[in-house]
Amino acid sequence: MKNEWPLWEIFIRGQHGLSHRHVGSLHAPDAEMAVKNARDVYTRRNEGVSIWVVEAKHIAASAPSEKGPLFEPSESKIYRHPTFYDIPDEVGHM
Amino acid sequence: MYAQMIKTASNGIKPREEMSEEERAFQDKIDNDIKIEPRDWMPEDYRRTLIRQIGQHAHSEVVGQLPEGNWITRAPTLERKAILLAKVQDEAGHGLYLYSAAETLGVSRDELIELLHEGKMKYSSIFNYPTLNWADIGAVGWLVDGAAIVNQVALQRTSYGPYSRAMIRICKEESFHARQGYDAIRAMAFGTPEQKRQAQDALNRLWFPALMMFGPSDAESTHSEQSMAWKIKVKSNDELRQQFVDQTIPQIEYLKLDLPDPNIKWNEERGHYDFSEPDWPEFFNVIKGNGPCNVDRMKDRVAAWDDGEWVRDGLLAHARKKAARKVAAE
Ligand SMILES: [Fe+2]
Ligand SMILES: [Fe+2]
Repeated sequence: MKNEWPLWEIFIRGQHGLSHRHVGSLHAPDAEMAVKNARDVYTRRNEGVSIWVVEAKHIAASAPSEKGPLFEPSESKIYRHPTFYDIPDEVGHM
Repeated sequence: MYAQMIKTASNGIKPREEMSEEERAFQDKIDNDIKIEPRDWMPEDYRRTLIRQIGQHAHSEVVGQLPEGNWITRAPTLERKAILLAKVQDEAGHGLYLYSAAETLGVSRDELIELLHEGKMKYSSIFNYPTLNWADIGAVGWLVDGAAIVNQVALQRTSYGPYSRAMIRICKEESFHARQGYDAIRAMAFGTPEQKRQAQDALNRLWFPALMMFGPSDAESTHSEQSMAWKIKVKSNDELRQQFVDQTIPQIEYLKLDLPDPNIKWNEERGHYDFSEPDWPEFFNVIKGNGPCNVDRMKDRVAAWDDGEWVRDGLLAHARKKAARKVAAE
C-alpha cells in the first residue's frame, strides 16, 4: 500500500463573521492532524478564528462541461437585480 | 527564477489553423485572460510543462530553507532568530501551496519529491550557493527573495488558476521576507567597519547568482515562446532581470555600499540601468550539479525525507487503525 497521507481541503472563517472560505489544501494522516497543520500553514497571520477540514475525496463538484446549462440561465434574468427597477427620486432611498 | 530553464513539452507554437477545436477554444480562453481550472480540458503539453514548472518552483521553496536554516541557531539576537524562523517557516508553506497546485494536475506530492531525490527534477540554482555568515542571511532575504518577488508578482497573472492563486498567497508573504533581509543588511552596512565589510562581501558574492535566478536570456531559450503563448510565463527573463536591477540599485546606494559590478550605469536613453551579464558557464555548471553546495543540499533533503519516514508511516498506521475501530463500533 502506498503510504501517502491523504489530501484535505481547508476552509477558514476570518475575523469578521463571514462564512468559511476555501484557502487551500494540505496532506495529513487524519482530520485532527489536518486541523493542526491548517492552523500552522493557513492562520499564521490572524487569518482566521475557525477551521474546517474536509478530505478532498469527499468533495463532489460540478463538471466544467455543465457550465453552460448550470450558469447561463441566470444571465438573462436581469430582473433579479435591484438595479433593474427605476425608483422615482421623490421616493428617496430604497 | 525559482523555475529556471523549464523545457516546454512541445516543439514550438502550433499555428492556429493546425489546432483542434478544443485547442482553439483553450487558446481563446487564455488570450481572454480566463483562468484554466484543474478539470478543464487542456493540452497534454500544457499540463506536463506546468507540472515541471510548478514542481521545480515548489522544490526551490523547500530546498531554499536550507541555506537560511543554517543560521537560525546562530542569529545575533533573539528577535532576529524569531524573524528568521518565521521566514523559513513561510517558505515551507510556499512549498506546500505549490505542491498542492501541482497535485491538481494529476501528480502527487510524493511523486514529485521522489523525482527531485532521483535527480530528475531541479530547484533554483541560487540555493547551491553557501551562506557563510550572518550578512549572507540579510543579503539572501533582500536579494534572493527580492528577485523571487519580481518573478512571482508577474506570475500572479499566469493562466493556470491554482498556480495563480498560490502566487497571490505567496506574494502577500514575500514582502516580509525581503524587508527583514534589507533590515538585517542595513544594520550591518551602518554598523562597525567589519560589519560593513561583511555586508559588502555578501552583496558582491550574491549579486550575480541572484541575477542568474531569472535564467539565461530568452534569445537563447526555445521554450519561452510557447510558455508565453500559454501564459505559463508572463514576462521574459531579461525583462524581469532588468526590473530587479532597476529596483535594487537605489537600495544599494542607500546602504552606501559599492555597486557589485563596475558596469552598472544609468542609461538615460533606455531609461534603465546597464549592467554586466552573469557568468553563464558558471550557471550551467551549477545547474549540472557542480555548484558549491549541490551535493550537500540533496544529501540534506534526502536525509530529511528518509529520516521522517517512520513518523509519516506511524501516523498513517495510527489513523487507519482509529478509522477501522470507528467503523467496527458503528
Ligand atoms: Fe517563498
Ligand atoms: Fe521568501
